[in-house]
Amino acid sequence: MSKEIPITSPHGRRAGAESLAGLLILLLGLLLAPPAHAAPFSDQVQALHTSSSADKAAAVKALGATGHPRAQKVLQAMLDGRLFHQVDGGTVVFAEKGGDGYQYRLTDAATGSDLGTAERWGVRRVKINNRLRSEVRQTLAALRLQNPEPEARLTAAEDLIGELDPDNTALVERRLTEESDPAVRAALEAAVGLARLDREDPQARAGAIALLDGSLYAPVRSRLETLAEEDPAPEVRKEAAAMLDGIHTRLAFFDGAETLFFGLSLGSVLMLAAMGLAITFGVMGVINMAHGELIMIGAYTTYVVQQLMPGHIGWSLAVAIPAAFLVSGAFGVAMERSVIRFLYGRPLETLLATFGISLILQQLVRSVFTALNRPVETPAWMSGSLQINPAFSLTFNRLYILIFALAVFFALLLVLKRTSLGLKIRAVTQNRQMARALGVRSNWVDALTFGLGSGIAGVAGVALSQLTNVGPNLGQAYIVDSFLVVVLGGVGNLWGTLVGGLSLGVINKLLEPMAGAVLAKVLLLGLIILFIQRRPRGLFPQRGRAAEG
Amino acid sequence: MRKGRIGKALAALVATVGLTAGVAHAEKDPIKVGVLHSLSGTMAISETTLKDTMLMLIEEQNEQGGLLGRKLKPVVVDPASDWPLFAEKARELLAKKKVDVIFGSWTSVSRKSVLPVVEELNGLMFYPVQYEGEESSENIFYTGAAPNQQSVPAVDYLMNEVGVERWVLEGTDYVFPRTTNKILKQYLVDHGVAEADIRINYTPFGHSDWQSEVSRIKEFGSQGKKTAVVSTINGDANVPFYKELANQDVSAEDIPVIAMSVGEQELSGIDTEPLVGHMAAWNYFMSVPTKRNIQFIRQWHDHIGDKGRVTNDPMEAHYLGFNMWVKAVQQAGTTDVDAVKDAIIGVSVPNLTGGIATMMPNHHITKPVLIGEIQPDGQFSVVWETPGTVAGDAWSDYLPGSKDLIADWRNPLSCGNYNVETGECSGQNVE
Repeated sequence: MSKEIPITSPHGRRAGAESLAGLLILLLGLLLAPPAHAAPFSDQVQALHTSSSADKAAAVKALGATGHPRAQKVLQAMLDGRLFHQVDGGTVVFAEKGGDGYQYRLTDAATGSDLGTAERWGVRRVKINNRLRSEVRQTLAALRLQNPEPEARLTAAEDLIGELDPDNTALVERRLTEESDPAVRAALEAAVGLARLDREDPQARAGAIALLDGSLYAPVRSRLETLAEEDPAPEVRKEAAAMLDGIHTRLAFFDGAETLFFGLSLGSVLMLAAMGLAITFGVMGVINMAHGELIMIGAYTTYVVQQLMPGHIGWSLAVAIPAAFLVSGAFGVAMERSVIRFLYGRPLETLLATFGISLILQQLVRSVFTALNRPVETPAWMSGSLQINPAFSLTFNRLYILIFALAVFFALLLVLKRTSLGLKIRAVTQNRQMARALGVRSNWVDALTFGLGSGIAGVAGVALSQLTNVGPNLGQAYIVDSFLVVVLGGVGNLWGTLVGGLSLGVINKLLEPMAGAVLAKVLLLGLIILFIQRRPRGLFPQRGRAAEG
Repeated sequence: MRKGRIGKALAALVATVGLTAGVAHAEKDPIKVGVLHSLSGTMAISETTLKDTMLMLIEEQNEQGGLLGRKLKPVVVDPASDWPLFAEKARELLAKKKVDVIFGSWTSVSRKSVLPVVEELNGLMFYPVQYEGEESSENIFYTGAAPNQQSVPAVDYLMNEVGVERWVLEGTDYVFPRTTNKILKQYLVDHGVAEADIRINYTPFGHSDWQSEVSRIKEFGSQGKKTAVVSTINGDANVPFYKELANQDVSAEDIPVIAMSVGEQELSGIDTEPLVGHMAAWNYFMSVPTKRNIQFIRQWHDHIGDKGRVTNDPMEAHYLGFNMWVKAVQQAGTTDVDAVKDAIIGVSVPNLTGGIATMMPNHHITKPVLIGEIQPDGQFSVVWETPGTVAGDAWSDYLPGSKDLIADWRNPLSCGNYNVETGECSGQNVE
């Protein structure tokens, strides 16, 4: 409130009615100002320097009540861990790490004036724990309910659900009359409804339940559950139970949708990992144990690209995708030219040779990048989640990877079906002699095919770098899954990889709630064994003479 | 007869020459310090740092003139995260390289495989990582936390200060989480928590697909009672776990996660902005601003040549173990294992975060217990600590069968699992 009061008006020189009005507002403001205002703002900031959490919580509340323009700043700094106090004197300050990393640059928190630098041990952080943090967040939320951005208002409103005390209920109710954004309205209604459930009058409680209509917020549901069982008034119990029924039906639907999404996203990861293998193993028949390491190289390429373009994390993935394709593809071509081409038709020898290569590649990465995992940053647009409603949200990283996996799949399909390289690949794999007789340079096609499969593995590595750790062992974690998907889908069939990968993901997610992550994997392996017993050639068996051989 | 006398004299001569040569040898010979940490494989991420720490401590000691007038010489081997290889390399260190002491190991399974070897060859080993307890060996010194110095106080904090009533015990599927969770579950049930309010879940090593588990934790925590997750997830599975927590918007105010093996090192690869307020229970945090700690950090940065590198709890445990060993050798005046073993009990050295660590007769040390909340910069801010130090307990007070056991390696008891009820010492190390 007090921040509205123009103590020293910039337009002070204007005479007449305006200044009179200003004076009136000033007087009115002084009358309405809370008594806490009597203490200067700097004293209130200083009150945050106390070891008692209760005193600190009170100081936070008081700071919020001042409405001082710097109050939000101070509270936010406290939340961010940037609020310190000096060991000598105890002044509450903002502290930023200075040049050499051991010194701090200090600014007075209350006034913003520069206080020079201090040694690391010259300042102590104003301690904040989770309880205080939620206190600060609520205070900030109340200050921010007026924010012009609906998204900011929504988080502010959500922070207040189940946390309203009589002081700010009135504030939220007032806000509710002005709010036009439906999502923010729903959150505010849930907050107000929950607060009104504490009222004595059963009529008022029943009315409050109506306000909660179908709300999917978790605190609403748990509160309704206790209400349906324990409320003294039977009509309130009935009302709560009826409302709960509706909520449960909606929740069950969204639970199902969530499981499906989790399954598809796990499936898309499996599919990405397996797609390169669908070419090298499925099409060429090479049991490539180094496939996982080609994925790993793609992930490391992402890391290197990010190192090369600091400050452009958002764009780094767009650069990393072609880069990883080229790097892993080059490794693939080199492998094919140096080792694999001598071993065509001898699957066991290829298996051993590529296993050796996989170990060499792992060691190579260890020597170049050390054995430690490399931090690959997630761009802002891939963090967080797409909130459909309070009970259902899609995490962006998984969502984008699902879309990406499908895009890679169709691109690969196009290459194989619509380009001359694809035609040659299919010709060589179906009948090498005939293809050669027709003038196809089969050696060259072999190398390119292997390179294509390896490049796709590299692209998968870019996606995986966003989900898992980029380290020398990354490849091993995915090699078994990749072979499973290809074998299940039917060797030599790209559609099989799509269907196999996605269905493995979904089945895994259906089993997981019942059996836990460890057992679900075991069960899944058992199911696959049974399936392969019945259909040894997978979901989409290859037909024709080539397959019989 | 005559022949025999000559033989005896010859033997005596040889023996004398050999002995004096031996003494002369010993005076200029360095003291060998075995460093047994994985430099490759899954554990390399954590263990290479400890190898570097040990090298730094040895270097510093040598700059100060060594020990007993002799230089220290590190003997580094790589057991490659392969548990049986730990036993082999320990044997190599003791039998072939003749090291005077071993600092090493991280996972409990590697320690368990080294244990019979150091006992057989009467070696001396310092183990620097928090663990599940239920063990005490004459030859091993546990400088990391036992459960009563980490997980039990952490649960106490959540119960008393945060008011948690519903618990998710989330762990990686192997011995440390399973034993810890067994102790914690018993502890919670003893404190009146209903079985329905405890959810235990295990995931494999390196698990990266956390979406449904995190969603179930959210569901479990939305039942109206304050819920917390006690995490014994180990190794690099933590990174995707925390990323998923952030993506699914599980905030520390709603459902705090308290981790038993996530430190500064593990957080250094993650964007910690959305994880602020999640917690860890350790006996050391890099952020504690004591002068001694800041000097240690500077020394570490100078040694490693990288100001971005963090320090962590097992590094402090090595620091304490090394200093205790140095003191004990100085007191004993020799590196002889039996003499050092006796001398080290009661030895005290200052902690990096203040207070004093003392070696107890059960080969565990006293430590302060700190609870820290994750800050935006990937560091922890201490929100709670025990008023004094806590002595490590080899045998849990909460598990049936282990409540009655005590370990005391002083004479005349000299036993790792003395049963106070029956008055017997079973002589077995493991359960």
